Order: sequence, then C-alpha cells, then structure tokens
Amino acid sequence: MGISGKPSELIEIGPVLRDHVPVIKRFSGGGTVIVDSGTIFVTLICNKDVVPGVQPYPRSIMSWSGLLYSEVFQGIDGFQLRENDYVFGDHKFGGNAQSIIKSRWIHHTSFLWDYDSRNMAYLKLPARAPKYRSARNHAEFVCRMKEYMPRSIFIERTMKALESHFSVKPVNLDAVVGSHSSGYVHSTRLLSKHELKDAVTTLLESRALSG
Amino acid sequence: MATRLLWASKAASYLRISVFHRGLSSVVKDLKYADTHEWVKVEGNSATVGITNHAQDHLGDVVYVELPEVGAAVKQGDSFGAVESVKATSDINSPVSGKVVEVNEELNNSPALVNLSPYEKGWIIKVDISDVGELKNLKDSDEYTKLCEEEDATH
Repeated sequence: MGISGKPSELIEIGPVLRDHVPVIKRFSGGGTVIVDSGTIFVTLICNKDVVPGVQPYPRSIMSWSGLLYSEVFQGIDGFQLRENDYVFGDHKFGGNAQSIIKSRWIHHTSFLWDYDSRNMAYLKLPARAPKYRSARNHAEFVCRMKEYMPRSIFIERTMKALESHFSVKPVNLDAVVGSHSSGYVHSTRLLSKHELKDAVTTLLESRALSG
Repeated sequence: MATRLLWASKAASYLRISVFHRGLSSVVKDLKYADTHEWVKVEGNSATVGITNHAQDHLGDVVYVELPEVGAAVKQGDSFGAVESVKATSDINSPVSGKVVEVNEELNNSPALVNLSPYEKGWIIKVDISDVGELKNLKDSDEYTKLCEEEDATH
C-alpha cells in the first residue's frame, strides 16, 4: 500500500487476516499491489539534476519514465504510459510509485510478469482509480507481461534502455544490503494484525452508524 | 489548465473559500521563501509554513498530507512532512528551525486546500522559531520569483 492507504478501503481484510498475507505500507505514493513470485520490480533512484529536462516533480518524472519504457517495449503494439500506469492497450501491467526528497527521487514500478488470479481477490476496487479502468474488476483490467515478451528479453531491453541514459554496472545484492549508513530510518513498515483488526472494527462501526 | 481552474473553482465554492486566479509563478510579498519551494510568514518568534503556488502547481492535485506531531522539532532545510499527489510522496522541508506548536488538521479532511489556497487556508504547520538569525538564509519574493523563472526555463 502507498503512504496514504487505508486498509479498510483497499484490501479485503478478512481474507488477508485469514490467509496471513503480510501488508506493507510504503513510504512512496501510489496504490495497492499484490506482490508474489510473479512480480518484477524495477526501481530507479536518481539525483535530482541528473536527467536532462526532468524536474523533480511527479508528472515530469512519470513522463520521462514513459519514454524510457517506450524504448523497452518498442515494437509491441499498444504500449503506453496511460494515466500513470504502463499498459498494453487498456490493460495495465505496470503500476508506479514515487518519492521525491530534496536532492533525489525514486520511481519504482511493480510489473505484473505473471500473477495468480486468486491473489487479486485480496484487493478491493479502489475509490481513486484511473478513468480508463472504467470500473472493470481486476481480471478484466490487468494483463500478464509474460504474454507479450520473454522475461530475459525484458531484462535485456531494460538494461539497454538504461545504458542509453546512464553508465550501467552490475552490483551484487549483498553489497547493497550490507551497506546501511548509520541512522537509516526505516519508513516502509509491516502493518500489524492489531492495526488490521482495528480497521475492520472501525469499518463495521461506521457501517452500523450509517444504518 | 482551464479544466483545473474549473475544478478548483467548483471545489473552492464547495469549501467556501475564494480562489485567487494568479499566474503560475506568483508569490506573496511579505513572506520569505526557501529554494525548496516552501514559504514562511514570520510574526516575532512565530512562523507559519506552507508550500508555494509554484510547488502546488508542479505537484498536481494533493490527495494526502503527512503532518508532523505537535511538539516535534524542525530544522531549517530538513524534511518535516510530505504531500502525496499523483503517485508520489514529496517531502516538505522547513524554512525555519524550532518546535511545531500547531498543525493544520483541516488538511486531513481537505488536502486540496494546499492547491486551492497555498498561502492562506492551505498552511501546514506553525512553529516557535529557535533561531531568527537563520531567516537571512531565505529568499524574499523577488529572489524567489527569479528562482522559479530560472527553474522553469531550464526544463
């Protein structure tokens, strides 16, 4: 869930608690996504003046990301950045979230490489949805990337697109994870069962009050 | 832009506030400004802080404001909260150092006040300033206008 997400509005808390699904609240904006073994994350962390022509504001960064991924998906019909989502036609396969601080910004995408339809049942239809969604349920709204491009090609093309803007070198994940600077403040957190149960209680109470 | 003004006017009349139709880089003369696009109104040792019209226009429609706790310490140039717009959280940095004495609780129900009335009803925190000497690090309205023009010109 994004920073302002309210569990009662965004997830089916009963099944989430029943099935022990962890719920994480991010420090970034954006919506609620299911993360499973079929999800691919691509995260770009940039110093604010590094990309020519990109101002450290949401729409400027989002628009630049659309250009970057246009290079990745060149030749695939119907790819576009549509109201902050990456789509093939009107089917979403990539959701975006950003965080902007004084000197840097982060743009992260969760790509639906593949997904288990049963997992989508944990998500409610959000109140704030893009217009092009037209109240479609999840199954009709999203699509699987694997039906459009092999995974290795996606990774290769993403690297190539990045290389046209930056110099790219591979880094071992252990090297990144091990190098916490002192005083690192964790801002993404796991919601407790207590918080989720409270959200259910509040929701039931407000329904009872409104009759 | 026209659609946004229409939306803004409708929302403003619902919320019963007046919307000023000012230009994109408009500033208010008696305020001080940080180069991270926050404004501060100083009255003695008290400060009211918000984000500028330039900032709200570039951020888009604000849907959520993360406010600090009353009593929290703030430091000039450091982040004290955030706004969410589009798919982004954007840090808000304090133009002054001191202690938060009041936060604008209205923003919990009406975050759009930051867009509609950035210098008045959309104020974010009030601070007891600990070092008025730091105010010299801030820009006046002319300097701030120039900064906005320079930033927009390079992009």
